[in-house]
Amino acid sequence: MDVQIWTYTLVGLTFAVYIGIAIWSRAGSTKEFYVAGGGVSPLANGLATAADWMSAASFISMAGIIAFAGYDGAVYLMGWTGGYVLLALMLAPYLRKFGKFTVPDFIGDRYYSKTARSVAVFCALLVSFTYVAGQMRGVGIVFSRFLEVDINTGVIIGMIIVLFYAVLGGMKGITYTQVAQYCILIFAFMVPAIFISIQMTGNPIPQLGFGDTVADGSNVYLLDKLNGLSEELGFSSYTGGSKSTLDVFAITMALMVGTAGLPHVIVRFFTVKKVKDARRSAGFALLFIAILYTAAPAVAVFAKTNLIESVQNKQYSTVPQWFKNWEDTELLGWVDKNNDGKIQYSPGHAVVGNKNKPVFEKRERGAFGQRIITNVNTANSNELFVDRDIMVLANPEIAGLPNWVIALVAAGGLAAALSTAAGLLLVISSSVSHDLIKKMIKPDISEKGELVAARISAIAAVCVAGYFGINPPGFVAAVVALAFGLAAASFFPAIVLGIFYKRMNKEGAIAGMVVGISCMLLYMIKYKLGWFDDTLPPSSEWWFGISPEGFGTVAMIINFTVSLVVNKFTAPPPAEVQEIVENIRIPSGAGEAIDH
Amino acid sequence: MENDNHKKYWKENIKYLMILLAIWFVVSYCAGILFVDQLNTITMGGFPLGFWFAQQGSIYVFVILIFVYVRLMNKLDKKYGFDQE
Repeated sequence: MDVQIWTYTLVGLTFAVYIGIAIWSRAGSTKEFYVAGGGVSPLANGLATAADWMSAASFISMAGIIAFAGYDGAVYLMGWTGGYVLLALMLAPYLRKFGKFTVPDFIGDRYYSKTARSVAVFCALLVSFTYVAGQMRGVGIVFSRFLEVDINTGVIIGMIIVLFYAVLGGMKGITYTQVAQYCILIFAFMVPAIFISIQMTGNPIPQLGFGDTVADGSNVYLLDKLNGLSEELGFSSYTGGSKSTLDVFAITMALMVGTAGLPHVIVRFFTVKKVKDARRSAGFALLFIAILYTAAPAVAVFAKTNLIESVQNKQYSTVPQWFKNWEDTELLGWVDKNNDGKIQYSPGHAVVGNKNKPVFEKRERGAFGQRIITNVNTANSNELFVDRDIMVLANPEIAGLPNWVIALVAAGGLAAALSTAAGLLLVISSSVSHDLIKKMIKPDISEKGELVAARISAIAAVCVAGYFGINPPGFVAAVVALAFGLAAASFFPAIVLGIFYKRMNKEGAIAGMVVGISCMLLYMIKYKLGWFDDTLPPSSEWWFGISPEGFGTVAMIINFTVSLVVNKFTAPPPAEVQEIVENIRIPSGAGEAIDH
Repeated sequence: MENDNHKKYWKENIKYLMILLAIWFVVSYCAGILFVDQLNTITMGGFPLGFWFAQQGSIYVFVILIFVYVRLMNKLDKKYGFDQE
């Protein structure tokens, strides 16, 4: 069967499964809608959290980013896993014991203040919307690459599917579809990884394979070979890295702390029965995430080595077919700067204009049959444009795997994007229906009314997310990575102090959150979006040489400092709040999430 | 009396937390970032050690840390009688 038919079959089958689960797990109460009834098993919650967590970016882009960043890619690997240790040890068990529905619930009650709750709602919406727009775009991109439909049509199909199970099933529907989505995405990621590992090193375990010797009998370690190839072409050594140590430290910290402060991850721990289960499900979640996160750096090494070996100094007419296929999708491009008919790859962008991405001539072909690129060439000798997503997407073809594996990657990418989008949409809808409507605007709303409000806000959130997916504002891509900084600068200090520091009061927490998130926003607008100046300020102007991605760490420290100082000069919290803190520290008697 | 029990439980909990977070910091920030160049002079199979900690080892340790924490806390809950519903 050809790839197209396989893809339609597999994607169709997985969608049928999601819709089936949605119908089977309709939510009948707000408790089912917000926290899946509170009876999810730790294993299922671990699987669901892993799918919730791993987005289109983890599945499609991460291995590619690492392939081009080498050692520096470790910031994502450690940053997006280490946060679970903080989550398991410092947040999840206590928030579960607290036993409400949302993160603003905790902030609002612990800091006995509507202002605190509103600040938390604002932060939750800001973080979730920046994140979800990227997911809907991801759905569209997977559709357009594998199913040859327009990106916008892809976004709309994705919206309808998410709408169906998120609106009908709420957290309950989302949880069980995420379990299915995890299975699909991990299978889709690991099958090509294992095959390629065997081809390149003879070792069936990719995590070990990339530290093994090359399978051509030369007894050379794969990493030594890649280091040699990289240096030969003028890149820095693959295992060496080029970012400053301080920046690597700051980015890793911001991603870890941000992970632990992301509302859509935190709410997953409200869905289990006991405090004990919250701890265990954090362990399962990280275990399932680690399978992909330890395989991704291996895939990066395999793909990078493969790429260099297949194209460097090769006649265009002799390159493998996959090169030409991906040239057709415009993810690969070649400009023959020295007219020798051979591909030369070296550091630097190959072309200028269009953000250094090639603009392809539609019909005409070049002298060697290559796609013609109409941009102006750069002065350097690099002739190759490679989109980093290709490292995962083209892997099955590069390894010569059967068509069903290629189709599987499409289904996996969709599973990753849809599962994350659904989790975020739930946070948005519960922030609106529960935190805004029920807790602030109309406290006497009935259970039924609140459920209707939750569903309507879910529909509205899907539409807004879809709109941003179809018309992505230029800054979305830049901002998604910064959602972590925003979460680190706002929620993490407020929650941790709320649990571990009994005397922490509302004045301190509110001041800390407001100052923290403002600093992060200002730094981001100045150094990432460049709205304050005519041109984006150069990296030499960064404070302490810390990039906007790493600034979350600084903003978090500012938040902690402001919170503690303001707290020192204001009255301690009332006795009943201190009692809440005493109570959440003790695991027994968690009961189920209380409707209140 | 009950309050005393709570305090002791919390103190032991904080002790575990500090030890586990210290390990968390050492494998990621020390081995993977601050001392990566020094560790890279040692190789383990085909891996420079610092690089391995940054891209593999720290993640394995994170998983182990959480499961160790789960075990320790389950025992602690039992010891103080907080394991019943």
